[in-house]
Amino acid sequence: MEPQIDDSQLIKSYCAGEEKALELLINRHNQRLSSFIYSKVNDREITEDIFQDTFIKVIKTFKRGTYNEEGKFLPWVMRIAHNLIIDHFRRNTRMPMYDGVQSFNIFSVMGDDKLNIEKQLIKNQIYADLNLLIQELPPDQKEVLVMRMYQDMSFKEIAENTGVSINTALGRMRYALINLRKLIEQNDIVLTN
Amino acid sequence: MDKLYTTEQNDCKLIKTKKEKIAFLLNYSKSLKITKAKGMQFESNMN
Repeated sequence: MEPQIDDSQLIKSYCAGEEKALELLINRHNQRLSSFIYSKVNDREITEDIFQDTFIKVIKTFKRGTYNEEGKFLPWVMRIAHNLIIDHFRRNTRMPMYDGVQSFNIFSVMGDDKLNIEKQLIKNQIYADLNLLIQELPPDQKEVLVMRMYQDMSFKEIAENTGVSINTALGRMRYALINLRKLIEQNDIVLTN
Repeated sequence: MDKLYTTEQNDCKLIKTKKEKIAFLLNYSKSLKITKAKGMQFESNMN
């Protein structure tokens, strides 16, 4: 059996550049620290994240040479983990996360932003209908509408490109929308998803 | 009011962090260099 080397001895070796000492330290306290974190957060993945963050802080402290808790390594590490657990819960109070393991399932009240296939088909149909309606508009109005809505140009740019004043461009856009509404009404088209 | 039925969870479970995580920490430790200059400390990660 290997003789047990003190934590403080391992820390000294690590600070002197012996990377293997850190491995021994982590493995020695792995179960105790992981179980401690798990007992508070009840989640394997969060436990591992907090364990990782704890040791990142430990490593940085060692490398900076600011570690001065000789002989009390484990309580110090537990304190770091404890603070990180508190941080985790604070963060989660602001932004609660539901895992849906119990009777409440978050997906029953929350969906993703994407449209389902049916709604996507309807959306495509609306765009196609709208496109046909736009073709029916007088050319000057169609031009302004296409530049504004499809090419995302400002009215100033539209005015410059079409050689009219901004007010004329605005007027054409207004009439284009009025005429589109008329066309929709006349043809009994429903453009909603 | 509806009754809430929750499952009891065992808080005393002994668990260990995975080897991959530990390997990551060891690699992080190897790559981290702290340089001191004029009373300031600079961290750098060399992969």
